[in-house]
Amino acid sequence: MASVHGSVEIQVETCKGCELCVEACPQDSLKLSKEINKLGYHYAVLIQDNCTGCTNCALVCPDAVITVYRESKGKTASASKRKEPVAVISNVKSNVKVVLDDVPKGKVSI
Amino acid sequence: MSDSKLMKGNEALAEAAIRAGCDGYFGYPITPQSEVLEYLAEEGRQRGMVVLQVESELAAINMVYGAAGAGKRAMTSSSSPGISLMQEGLSYIASAELPCLVVNVNRGGPGLGTIQPSQGDYFQSTKGGGHGDYRLIVLAPASVQEMADFVYDGFDLADAYRNPVMILADGALGQMMEAVSFKTYDPKERVPEKKWATTGKTPDRERNIVTSLFIQPEKMEEINKRLQAKYKVIQEREVKYQLTTTDDAEIVLVAYGLAARICARAAELARHRGIKAGVVRPITLYPYPYDVIRQLCGHARRFLVVEMNAGQMVEDVRLAVEGRVPVEFYGRMGGMIPPPEDILEQIIRYSENQPGGAAPAERAEVHEIMER
Amino acid sequence: MENMTAQRESMESVWTKPETLTDTRMHYCPGCGHGAVHKVLMEVVDEMNIQSETIGVAPVGCSVFAYHYMNVDMQEAAHGRAAAVATGIKRVLPEKIVFSYQGDGDLAAIGTGETIHAANRGENILVIFINNAIYGMTGGQMAPTTLLGMKTTTTPEGRTTETQGFPLKITDLIAMLPGAYYVTRQAVHTPNAIRSLKKAFLNAFRYQQARKGYCLIEVVSNCPSGWKMTPVDANKWMEKNMFPLYPLGDLKAEGKLVERKQP
Repeated sequence: MASVHGSVEIQVETCKGCELCVEACPQDSLKLSKEINKLGYHYAVLIQDNCTGCTNCALVCPDAVITVYRESKGKTASASKRKEPVAVISNVKSNVKVVLDDVPKGKVSI
Repeated sequence: MSDSKLMKGNEALAEAAIRAGCDGYFGYPITPQSEVLEYLAEEGRQRGMVVLQVESELAAINMVYGAAGAGKRAMTSSSSPGISLMQEGLSYIASAELPCLVVNVNRGGPGLGTIQPSQGDYFQSTKGGGHGDYRLIVLAPASVQEMADFVYDGFDLADAYRNPVMILADGALGQMMEAVSFKTYDPKERVPEKKWATTGKTPDRERNIVTSLFIQPEKMEEINKRLQAKYKVIQEREVKYQLTTTDDAEIVLVAYGLAARICARAAELARHRGIKAGVVRPITLYPYPYDVIRQLCGHARRFLVVEMNAGQMVEDVRLAVEGRVPVEFYGRMGGMIPPPEDILEQIIRYSENQPGGAAPAERAEVHEIMER
Repeated sequence: MENMTAQRESMESVWTKPETLTDTRMHYCPGCGHGAVHKVLMEVVDEMNIQSETIGVAPVGCSVFAYHYMNVDMQEAAHGRAAAVATGIKRVLPEKIVFSYQGDGDLAAIGTGETIHAANRGENILVIFINNAIYGMTGGQMAPTTLLGMKTTTTPEGRTTETQGFPLKITDLIAMLPGAYYVTRQAVHTPNAIRSLKKAFLNAFRYQQARKGYCLIEVVSNCPSGWKMTPVDANKWMEKNMFPLYPLGDLKAEGKLVERKQP
């Protein structure tokens, strides 16, 4: 199934863990991490690879911590396969360890 | 210098505001100063000024704040109860270091009071009125000519020091008619550049924020120190007063505004009787001319402070004199104006080392009240 | 993880934080609507390229520090007086774009007089009204727009008409004034609401440039701290309880009242 491929970049230290983006994401791709940032908030993380770059999360975010990327038209979009959940954290300024509930065993090929 | 005209005090003040380059006047009607608003609504608008009758004095002072913050010469006028409403705004304006001119045509109070002239707002004008450690520069005219002249001075002082300036007049000065001429004055040459104003953030500068909120106490103290340093400079440089026959005076009258004119006449009458009387007329009520009063303690045997209130400026005179010489007080309240003869009677009594006191007509009343 | 970053390099960004929104971390509570409104407002200032002509007036309330987050010239007003301060600015600088940003206490309690008269004069300004039915900054007291039965620190048993009167539908009152040109009620709780608010800001600023008159945009918003709910729950509560009394949409468009079903 051809689909638009997107991604988000979340500023970990500015996120306040309000979960409005989690609520707004139509792909259920966002969740709050188990770790906390310097202010003590559980920050939002992208947990799946099926982001379409719809910008819903960035639109509702009260703190404007999200930057949304989308593959531009004309470029080859990599086939979007249903993937095992992975955690993606960007722009991490601190030494943060991410812990997930269900981590696939063994190597994940993307 | 233009030809002199016969004008009402309020109107002369309004005309001067136009000539001084006032950009925005926001006012509300209140007796005895509604003529300022009316004159400007007609004349000011025709000559390019923004003149607005607004919904209350609260709105007026806040519009002055906005216009002043935008870098324009802004002004309002009112009378005692309306000035009370403006106190919060004045505190904000002083703290945000904005220039503006406010005119109080003092009427009898307290409360709704009367429309007759009074000097009961001296404390309010010079000691605060609004909350916090700030001061207004206060100018006290004593003639229709000064009602006009002090507008130019007021705007110049306000812009120079980035501080609100108050012209403390009274109902009589506002209503009386005298000859007045308007000096040559070009606002374009007099108004300084205001780099701090909110005119729209262009790429060449950071954004300007006009605020009186400094929530960290360290910063707030810094702002306060800055204000105090500014007031110290104002005290050193801007004191203004007028002396009448004080060089050899044994009894020195101290009065401002209308009361000073009456005292001048009373002192003249006293001199005819051989009493060495003189008058100190503070023109700036803040900064107050403490020094000149202190100096007069050298040869003065007595001070007589005359006010149209229950005794407000007398405290500043006592501060200056520091107990060296007796300071007496004579006041009329509630809009009553003392005639020169009453003041003369006081002068005579004090120079004969007799106690002064209430006006002759009142003494019987006071006696009656005490008897009840 | 590295693949993700590599993949992003072949993508273009389709949404970034507006330039005119500063980098200062906003002090608002997690999930509070203020941040979203600031964001959309600055996005519009960027798009219309009016940063150098825009002057804002901040209120007293949670958004008293709005000037830390908006990179435009701003003035801080006394409580309730933002509409008067905005009037003062606009009257002496009529070519500039002037807006005031106020909460429910600022606009509809202490500032009622200034609010109504600015609208009545048809002041050519935009008034942004954040209505969350509570006083956030001072700890959660009742606001004029607090709903009947709603618990706040000063209505611990819930607001009753006997002691506290009725929720004040100030926006409806303003819409009736002939001086008001564009009056609309918006929200920021969903992506579509955000998109709609953005259109409202664009409209309002265009009207101001065309000197059409007074514009008021009410944003029905949440107060997670004051309402003592999570942001997500607060938005759900808002949809269920606030929207019936404060329905979204235009109350006045192009100077004419819009026909609406009464709630």
